[in-house]
Amino acid sequence: MTTTATGRLLALGRAETTLLFRNRTALFTALALPPLLVVALAEPMKQQAGEFPGISTAGLLVSGLLGLIPMFVVYYNLTAAYVARRGELVLKRLRTGEARDLEILAGTAVPSVLLAALLSVVLCGAGAVGLDLRMPVNPVLVVLGLVLLIALLVGLAALSSVVTRTVESAGITTLPVLLISQFGSGLILPIDSMPEQLATVCRLLPTTPAFQLLRLGWFGTEGSAPATDFAGTWSDALPLLALGLAWTAAAVWATNRWFRWEPRR
Amino acid sequence: MDISRTEPPVIEVTGLHRRYGPAGAAGFDAVRGLDLTVQRGELFALLGTNGAGKTSTMELIEGLAAPTAGRIRVLGHDPYRERTAVRPRIGIMLQEGGFPSELTVAETGRSWAGMTSGARPVDEALDLVGLLHRRTVRVKQLSGGERRRLDLALALLGRPEVLFLDEPSTGLDPEARAATWRLVRELRAQGTTVLLTTHYLEEAEELADRLAIMHGGRIVVEGTVAEVIAGRPSRIGFELPERSGPFETVGLPPLAGAEVTAEGRRITVRTPTLQATLTELLNWAARQGIPLNALDARSASLEEAFLAIASAPSTAAPSATDLTGAVR
Repeated sequence: MTTTATGRLLALGRAETTLLFRNRTALFTALALPPLLVVALAEPMKQQAGEFPGISTAGLLVSGLLGLIPMFVVYYNLTAAYVARRGELVLKRLRTGEARDLEILAGTAVPSVLLAALLSVVLCGAGAVGLDLRMPVNPVLVVLGLVLLIALLVGLAALSSVVTRTVESAGITTLPVLLISQFGSGLILPIDSMPEQLATVCRLLPTTPAFQLLRLGWFGTEGSAPATDFAGTWSDALPLLALGLAWTAAAVWATNRWFRWEPRR
Repeated sequence: MDISRTEPPVIEVTGLHRRYGPAGAAGFDAVRGLDLTVQRGELFALLGTNGAGKTSTMELIEGLAAPTAGRIRVLGHDPYRERTAVRPRIGIMLQEGGFPSELTVAETGRSWAGMTSGARPVDEALDLVGLLHRRTVRVKQLSGGERRRLDLALALLGRPEVLFLDEPSTGLDPEARAATWRLVRELRAQGTTVLLTTHYLEEAEELADRLAIMHGGRIVVEGTVAEVIAGRPSRIGFELPERSGPFETVGLPPLAGAEVTAEGRRITVRTPTLQATLTELLNWAARQGIPLNALDARSASLEEAFLAIASAPSTAAPSATDLTGAVR
């Protein structure tokens, strides 16, 4: 029987899922983080909601968390996972088999991505039940934003692993992306409240389009214009999708170019 | 073998070069013009000191990297560009490969089976290398030798037609090494083509149909063990007793064609005709009543051939590529 790309991906993903469940640090990050973030974000979100009529604190909180959770569960965890597998020479060994490079990187990402998706569903469910959340204006855009964000973060994790020597140092090497994304992508500080030049730069950051898509899909506006309806959100979404895809493509290209499969000597 | 004439070689390498780093003195030519042919069912051993270019060569033939120059065919395909055609039919055991330390032996095998075409049952592969009783143990708890055997089990998982083993018995205890040799011999008997590297000469002598000794990125000699050692001198060694006086005054008989060297009381005689020289020497010692202590006579060995090649400077036979880069 010949193996298929899907089969190889599943085999690797299954092993990686087992590994994730045996990694207490990664599990703790995934499970303890969302409640902590709720507490941390509640106040800034309440302030933002006050500035925009028609936007609820609960909606801001849930859409913000949808963006933030993958930052840790996918980006941070996966950076550490790539570094660990490289250090144990697992990536080197995997490359001798039938799986292609992209499959190896994707297979390693399977549990992180699934966990982020699962937490997103739980979060929306909890929001609907506990916070009396309204239905998003354009749920398709919310899902697209999330998919785009996760794809981008897998690429960024692979790139961050290039400059990370040990699992321990991943906490430091992932900080720039984590901080810039949280504060520069309009999540905590609204981009429209920034000085114009800074706002322009922040709109072009890799994670900004995905975060904006989440808000746009949820509220019908990402904060700079009055809310529109399902049909109206698409014209605003197109440039965001284009920019987000461009960044994701750039991350894939850079990973292909610079990813390190073996430790330095 | 007849089969070798009717069938194309399983591995065919011509003019292989591999260069690391930039052009000029900053780079390094690890493989410098290597030709190699391995027929189906043959067990071929690549010997060489550390740094001779064995692993660099293996990686190219396995298709893990593209050569700087040269042509490689494995089972009729370019192993790098046509990897989808080659990989499902070969098994690779790296000199240094790893597995996630928190997975068990069986879990590791299962995930590899999911990435291997025509995989045999995982337990069968583990049984082949004697690791079945360790199947529920985490990889991090395995000994170094057990990890090597796990690595071998996974290389065998897809019942490969061609098996690449890069120093398969390094780090194994003598018992495990003997077991690995037995297994490799069995696989060969079943028709598997094996290319292995080793720096254990006895391993090559024990297993290989043919072997090549590499030095400085090239193959210096190649052939069967008998061919490689042909023309190498046999060696006789002994120690003269104290009372016989210094070597110069003892007056050894003229040993035709032999070369005699002395290191204190230790005498070494190299000769192309072991039996004749030895007879002469023993007769002389009997006549003189001189006991030859620690007497040791041996036919030309692979070890001798190997040491002679390995001690030669690697620039002994410069080729055009030497001029382009530094030679270590």
